[in-house]
Amino acid sequence: MGKNMLKKENRIFKNLYNEFGWDIENSLKRDDWKDTKDLIHKGREWIINEVKTSELRGRGGAGFSTGLKWSFAPKEVGSRPHYLVINADESEPGTCKDRDILRFEPQKLIEGCLIAGYTVNAHVCYIYIRGEYLNEGKRLQEAIDQAYAKNFLGKNACGTGWDFDIHIHYGAGAYICGEETALLESIEGNKGQPRLKPPFPALVGLYGCPTIVNNVETVAVVPTILRRGGKWFASIGRPKNTGTKIFCISGNVNAPCNVEEEMGIPLKDLIENHAGGVVGGWDNLQAVIPGGSSMPLLPKKVCDTLTMDFDSLIENKSGLGTAGIVVINKDQDIVECMARIARFYKHESCGQCTPCREGSGWMWRILDRVVKRKATFSDIDLLSDVTKQIEGHTICAFGEGSAWPVQGLLRHFRKEVESRCREEPLIKKKLNNPYLVDQHLLENKNA
Amino acid sequence: MSVKKVYDNQPKEFKFSDENLKKVEEILKRYPKKNKKSAVMPLLYLAQRQNDNWIPLAAMKYIANYLAMPYISVYEVATFYTMYNLSPVGKHFIQVCTTTPCLLRGADKIVKLCKENISPNENEISKKGNCSWMEVECLGACVSAPMVQINDDYYEDLDEKSTKEILVSLINDKPLKPGSYRGRKNTSPEKISISNGEKHA
Repeated sequence: MGKNMLKKENRIFKNLYNEFGWDIENSLKRDDWKDTKDLIHKGREWIINEVKTSELRGRGGAGFSTGLKWSFAPKEVGSRPHYLVINADESEPGTCKDRDILRFEPQKLIEGCLIAGYTVNAHVCYIYIRGEYLNEGKRLQEAIDQAYAKNFLGKNACGTGWDFDIHIHYGAGAYICGEETALLESIEGNKGQPRLKPPFPALVGLYGCPTIVNNVETVAVVPTILRRGGKWFASIGRPKNTGTKIFCISGNVNAPCNVEEEMGIPLKDLIENHAGGVVGGWDNLQAVIPGGSSMPLLPKKVCDTLTMDFDSLIENKSGLGTAGIVVINKDQDIVECMARIARFYKHESCGQCTPCREGSGWMWRILDRVVKRKATFSDIDLLSDVTKQIEGHTICAFGEGSAWPVQGLLRHFRKEVESRCREEPLIKKKLNNPYLVDQHLLENKNA
Repeated sequence: MSVKKVYDNQPKEFKFSDENLKKVEEILKRYPKKNKKSAVMPLLYLAQRQNDNWIPLAAMKYIANYLAMPYISVYEVATFYTMYNLSPVGKHFIQVCTTTPCLLRGADKIVKLCKENISPNENEISKKGNCSWMEVECLGACVSAPMVQINDDYYEDLDEKSTKEILVSLINDKPLKPGSYRGRKNTSPEKISISNGEKHA
């Protein structure tokens, strides 16, 4: 390990690279399932309070307080059963942290599921894994079977008196199923199209029953938080941005990797100490996408002093998201990189809301024209307008996720974009441009 | 949204094998009795496995019947999710991730190699009849970019040389092993010593 900000004894995921074995016997040596029964017997209120004290915020992208989310589950079970659903549909470009938890630290997740399930009164938990992670899912199933064999799951799970079962449900290649209500639709056997909220899943979720949906990393850190205390977790990082976080550093760095570090670590330290530095040196840095492709990119000037936590990234008009850091150096065509992200969103839009379904295609086509130097100057304002028409006008946050990266490009690299938009307006040239959807409007007979 | 083409030459019948029927019973136990429909995704997946990695319309009708749901609802699910193949694919099915993190590290070179070695166009069966390839969106192995998925397995940390070797091995029906092609341990940073010498996960 290089220079770490995070002390070794504060690391939660000690087997992130599978140096010590993923199976249950080795997990037990790493203190998984230690005193789980006692922790659970301290009661729901104690667990929720401890998680609130830790100031743990959801690791799936939105950063919502986990303790608060759990407290939304009805206190008493009524006529409908409660469900716990784990979101392992990791598909945000730049993100591959949950994959390592599933394959190398599965017992942390399973133990977290039992604790979370008990806390929100759920006897059944579904773990929704993206279909491409078939091998990771098989590994998790093995780990679940090992936990059943030790009576940590099933009837009277871990001697707590609570019955608890975990099932895996595979996705099949739809990014949108990472949105919690689309995920629930998918488990119910439908197309993964998000639901209107409210009602929120905590009251009306899976099969119309109260359901709590949490990200893999969020649930996997809970057992350690309870064992070491919410105050311990809160002492790492800074207020409201506490604890440790797995960062995924990809793109133009010398040693791309996943690494667990403190919240609030300077981005430069993260890249230079853990990922071997930017290819070509720090001065060769062009921009960084700090939190998965949905979060606006930031230029080098901002990256020089940026710290990696929820609030500091919001101050810089971006977001921590999933902490998938994509490093782009000066050898890359920044517009092409963002056009590829726009293509991703065009491909993954579920098609339910018109602004997103049509707008994502518009953004991609315009950016593609810019890359090919076929765009006109007025295209830039059109592009900016399209992003504004999508943002805030869709059922789910996919709209923002597709519009923000383009807005980020225009905010920080407008000159770069402008320098490529030198084409005459199409209306004058009557160019038969295959990217223009409204081509028919230019033709005389239709005009 | 992605557009998928349903194969012209459809088989008339489809039935689950006895072995798969047992699996179906196991799958149904995971969901509440009145929510059998939840099993549509795992069942489509089983059908795809049984039928050389693609789903014929007959299988959708069969599953609709089995789960007592309208055929169109099964069709809707099968066309919505990109991992259900509605046309035949190669015995070795290569999915190249080309989203930005992979693009930054040379995914376009891998696409070029696929065009040269497998088939000039995506979703076309190779001349020898055992491979096909397609571009896909982020496969969630960004710190191991560029990477490809071949059938169920991830091949990571690729470059032109290793990709060429892998493609040739597939064409010759002797697939190389999955995992990192720079010999590193999972997603750890390189040039760092690791306590045991194991190469793959």
